[in-house]
Amino acid sequence: MLDIVLSILIILGGFFTLVGSLGLFKLPDFYMRLHGPTKASTLGVGAVLIASALYFSTNTGDISLHEVLVTLFLFITAPVSAHLMAKAALHIKVKQDKRTLNKSDQ
Amino acid sequence: MLRKLFPHPFLSLALSIIWLLLNNSIDAGHIVLGALLGIFIPWFTSAFWQEQVVVRRPWLLTKFVLVVFYEILVANIIVARLILTKQSKLQPGFLHVPLDLTSPLAISLLANTISLTPGTVTCDLSDDQKSLLIHALHIEDAEATVAEIKNQFEKPLKEIFS
Repeated sequence: MLDIVLSILIILGGFFTLVGSLGLFKLPDFYMRLHGPTKASTLGVGAVLIASALYFSTNTGDISLHEVLVTLFLFITAPVSAHLMAKAALHIKVKQDKRTLNKSDQ
Repeated sequence: MLRKLFPHPFLSLALSIIWLLLNNSIDAGHIVLGALLGIFIPWFTSAFWQEQVVVRRPWLLTKFVLVVFYEILVANIIVARLILTKQSKLQPGFLHVPLDLTSPLAISLLANTISLTPGTVTCDLSDDQKSLLIHALHIEDAEATVAEIKNQFEKPLKEIFS
């Protein structure tokens, strides 16, 4: 039973990370590509972390809490780095896709 | 006296807990070391924390965190579907979100929450700190998106920190 839950979580994590990477690879402009990694780092990594916490808590007997920390650091650093990259891109006026609504002044 | 020893009680508590989690143990030695870190790091960094962090309603903060987790879950699925199925029909764009929040901590929490939610990234805070510039991956109704952000994220933050 536990194995099934773990497998589902890991596959789910892998799937969302894959979709995030696909977005990073295929989307047309910098700002849109930025959405790829923020996605992968939330649900994708989240599912893998839950699986890890479950596995090590049940297999070793000790409750494994390292995953909570990984989540915490990820949730602190991911938005900050995304924000810095977006701000830098605005500053050096990276090209925006022609469909973009309300293009920021270029 | 107590104020002087713990200028930022939340920071102290968080640091001690993080130390214990890092070591994955609750030995007496680690508790003492964690407590020392919780006392000294806020001292050394107090120049960066000029104003006192006041959380008026802790239970609202818990509720807010749960709402954010739920929103992240839903948004992940929506964005995954957008990338997989309608990639050529995406309508990206920039949005201005006018802010009612004034405390820098609350604003940065809001900005980070927006970035964490898939589909939106905070790009800039206006110089007068009155509005956020957001890039969204797919906009169907600009006003509805802004209203949703204000309702779901800003309103609870406002209640918590003001």
